[in-house]
Amino acid sequence: MLRATFKSLLSRKLRLLLSGLAVVLAVMFVSGAFILSDTLGRTFDSLFTNAYDYTDIQVQAKPKVDGGGDGGAVPANIQSTVVGKVAAVPGVAKATGTVAAEGARVVGRNGKVVGGAGGAPRFGINWTGEDQLISLREGRGPQASGEVALNAGLAKIGNFKVGEQVGVLTLEPKKTFTVVGIFGYAGGRDSIGGEQTVAFTEPVAQQLMLGATGVYNVIDVKVADKRDLTKVRDALRAEVGPSYQVDTGADLAKKQSDQIKKALSFVTYILLGFAAVALLVGVFLILNTFSIIVAQRTQELALLRAMGASRRQMIGSVLLEASLIGVVSWLVGLGLGVGIGSGGAFALAKLTGIDDVAGVGVPPAAWIVSFVVGVGVTILAALLPAFQASRVPPVAAMRQAGTADRPLTKLTAAGGVLAAGGGGALAFGLSGKAHDNTIWWVVGGVFVTFIAVALLTPLLGRPVVSVLGRLFAWSVAGKLGRRNSARNPRRTAITAAAMMISIALVTGISTIFTSVSSSVSKIVDQQVQADLIISGQQTSAIPPAIDPVALARVRALSTVDAVAGQAYGAAMIGGKSQFVAAFDDQAAAARILKLKPKIGRVDRLGAGEMVVDEATAKGRGWTIGDQVTIQLPRGEPRQLRVVGTYPSGPGAGGILLSWPDATAGFRTSTAVQAYVKLRPGAVTTAAKGEVDRILADSPEVNVATREEWLGNQTQIFDIVLTIVQVLLGVAMLIAVLGIVNTLVLSVLERTRELGMLRAIGLRRGQVMRMVTVESVVISLFGSLLGIAVGAGLGAAVVRALKDKGITELSLPWGLMVGYVVAGAFVGVVAAIIPAIRAARLDVLKAIAYE
Amino acid sequence: MTATLATAAARAVDVWKVYGSGEAEVAALRGVSVGLERGRYTAIMGPSGSGKSTLMHCLAGLDSVTRGEVYVGDTLITGLGDRGLTDLRRDKVGFIFQQFNLLPTLTAEENILLPLSIAGRKPDRQWYDTVIDTVGLRDRLRHRPTQLSGGQQQRVACARALVSRPDVVFADEPTGNLDSRSGAEVLGFLRNSVRQFGQTIVMVTHDANAASYADRVIFLADGQIVDELHEPTAEAVLDRLKRLDVTAAAVADRATGVL
Repeated sequence: MLRATFKSLLSRKLRLLLSGLAVVLAVMFVSGAFILSDTLGRTFDSLFTNAYDYTDIQVQAKPKVDGGGDGGAVPANIQSTVVGKVAAVPGVAKATGTVAAEGARVVGRNGKVVGGAGGAPRFGINWTGEDQLISLREGRGPQASGEVALNAGLAKIGNFKVGEQVGVLTLEPKKTFTVVGIFGYAGGRDSIGGEQTVAFTEPVAQQLMLGATGVYNVIDVKVADKRDLTKVRDALRAEVGPSYQVDTGADLAKKQSDQIKKALSFVTYILLGFAAVALLVGVFLILNTFSIIVAQRTQELALLRAMGASRRQMIGSVLLEASLIGVVSWLVGLGLGVGIGSGGAFALAKLTGIDDVAGVGVPPAAWIVSFVVGVGVTILAALLPAFQASRVPPVAAMRQAGTADRPLTKLTAAGGVLAAGGGGALAFGLSGKAHDNTIWWVVGGVFVTFIAVALLTPLLGRPVVSVLGRLFAWSVAGKLGRRNSARNPRRTAITAAAMMISIALVTGISTIFTSVSSSVSKIVDQQVQADLIISGQQTSAIPPAIDPVALARVRALSTVDAVAGQAYGAAMIGGKSQFVAAFDDQAAAARILKLKPKIGRVDRLGAGEMVVDEATAKGRGWTIGDQVTIQLPRGEPRQLRVVGTYPSGPGAGGILLSWPDATAGFRTSTAVQAYVKLRPGAVTTAAKGEVDRILADSPEVNVATREEWLGNQTQIFDIVLTIVQVLLGVAMLIAVLGIVNTLVLSVLERTRELGMLRAIGLRRGQVMRMVTVESVVISLFGSLLGIAVGAGLGAAVVRALKDKGITELSLPWGLMVGYVVAGAFVGVVAAIIPAIRAARLDVLKAIAYE
Repeated sequence: MTATLATAAARAVDVWKVYGSGEAEVAALRGVSVGLERGRYTAIMGPSGSGKSTLMHCLAGLDSVTRGEVYVGDTLITGLGDRGLTDLRRDKVGFIFQQFNLLPTLTAEENILLPLSIAGRKPDRQWYDTVIDTVGLRDRLRHRPTQLSGGQQQRVACARALVSRPDVVFADEPTGNLDSRSGAEVLGFLRNSVRQFGQTIVMVTHDANAASYADRVIFLADGQIVDELHEPTAEAVLDRLKRLDVTAAAVADRATGVL
């Protein structure tokens, strides 16, 4: 039995190769995802271990407002008296108050913030002299308030020399300094993981990075005896109390590494998403391949049965084949996964400015999960065909004719029941009776309907394929191809289903995102009445700031009617982190952003007052006149009184504070975005030019017209859509394999027919056209069905999101047309090999039957 | 040999067909020269391996010859490329196969008209009706091959071969898959098309009864034409075949003797 299995495997190399490829792809993505995150993880672990190599213990104040764990929290300041307290703890050899905060952006020669690796931090520190970690390469440390030292990495990127003047953006707008020194790190490094550091004198660092003199944000502690590290840490914790964080260097390294790994985990999720699609489509491919193999081998299987092989042996034989394919594909996929995993890790590390990437390694999770995916799924997909094989009666060995397509009754019935169930769930969800569970009913309904459509594909296939085929029926070859594609509805359907699933998936997601995008831009468009918007590109922990002087000059322009400068940040209210904003001119903001009071007033805000949108007010249980305690990033908690509410909407929302409260409590006291309304009759482009010139010295901010800005608001959706298209590419690749598989089989099955056609005068070109038409009809059927299903289900989800402000349903017409074209193209590509095979057919052999 | 060049619908001149090379060289045809007269019904007979199918394939432009020349009508087809041979088969040759070889996706009528649609030609209505009535398929035209009996399927195949009025129709064991009654129908029909419409038909068969429908029988043995009969009867054909078997056996004996 084993020998027979091997023999039959070898005799169908091509087909198995094709079906194995889907498994290979899925395994590649799964293992790649694990290997990538593992490699990156080890890279960052070693990076931060290096960075904190010479750190014994650090004491930091806990941030007043939670940054949501993503490191975006504004560091809290430590009074210099605490340094003395820390130094007095037994076991502490030395305690140094230091400033080390992110957000010192150096302006390069081109007037823009010095570029660098994406996401690498830009630190501003106080110069504490050379130590084990830091050593000067050139010049000296800063001694006067107008002097700075730069790390060698930053100096290299910006091409800065000692003695040169550089502009630095901090909490305050651009200030100019003289570079007096360039320093490097232990081990001859220019930078630790691509970081950029500006060292100021202590008072300057305190003022510019922390917003006050005489304070620090980190106390660096050296212990007398390294063996006492944890003991001293615990003693320090007891001494400084719960409002401080005390960590050893190792703790810190782990914390930071974890943080960055979490930030990069999206890449892993994308890869896993690709794997899921590859698997979903791959299951169909494998199922189809094995059904075909079993159907083709009916006689052989029957012969084995006639000779006394048991049903169990038959199932075992097919499953053994499946496992062999699974194991081989798994190994190949794992090999490729190591490639994309380590390659991806390398690329990402480079992108973040890290030079020493950890070596390649395959974590146990990669082995296990990819094995389950590769081998498990292959066997699972082969189960049904295996049972089919066991049901072949021994007498079939004596019959000449091939097996006819089984009736579709069972499939259709199952599909019908599921479609009714899914449709019911959708209808219930959309009727609004499900209340809070609406989205779950809809998503569940979508999922069930999806499966139902897949099951109903053979039934739908007949009429659709017949209609589609008419498009090509103008030539004999086309007519024959069309008839061929309608010959095995089951096979055509399974092949097209792979295509259907991938295209339905992306059409659905595209429909949702296009709708969300157009809803957002419509609402924003209606709400924002500004002609120009000044906004910035955030390059560090400190938000981009508009120089107040520049903003005042914009206000003074003769073409400008009103300007509303906006600042925002996080606040703690009732123990929860909350986004809050403020305008420097509330009246202008109310006018430009169409804020209409629901109750009270919203166009005037004095210190100690706030307004809030209805939804937030309802959620928090606030009414007019309530006193609310708010903790802003800086200063002590404040009591604010609610003076007005306004209707909620995605355009403007949340809590608005008065400008004096905001400037006192936010990290920066400047506006980060400004809405500009021009006087009637002013030319927008001319005004934009004027504002542009005023902002010449604010390297992080730009002015955009309303249209440009609206476009930027929906950019994120465009990125998501792009990723989705790549996903489609992967799925289509597998769908191509499926079509090739089916066509190759068709050509084999119809060898004699092809021989006859060639004998009576069908040209090679016509044969190729015939096969191509069959292929295109199948793939177009899959694409059209996919588009219909995807758009329908996507629309259902959009409809369910109506309460969430997604009021616009817009179908991605351009993309959908693109998918149909892609579908046709896939059909043509898939037909290439089978068509050539068919055309090359030896006519004599094809018609010889003895 | 007996036919003059002008009246030959297809002819072979000193045709050799050799497979393999060196030690493994096998000659299927050894210098065969034959002319197949226009408007005649010729049967090619011979034991298995005598080269009768190969000869037909070479004459029909399905196979290339190693040496010699093959003409269909006045066209020299030796050396024609695939495209030229395909078009020749399409326009000048008709085929009838043992296995009927109809397309299951097409109706009987569509199958019959297939060679014409491949060539992009309109059928001659009158001729088409004549053919349909002769094969007696008028009431079966909308049926699919699977709905037809073997005899009916083969009659569809005959109509397909005739409808484009080819210079010559090649039939390869046309009755091999039919019961004797259906076989007789098909053979009678073929003979009729020669007698009434002047069609040229070449048939390969090993059935003496089938061969007796022909005007002329050519006997092949060991890749050479060894005999021929005109206006044959089944008995005469059987008689010749028996003698051929004896000769073949003697040849085989001699071959073994050498070894």
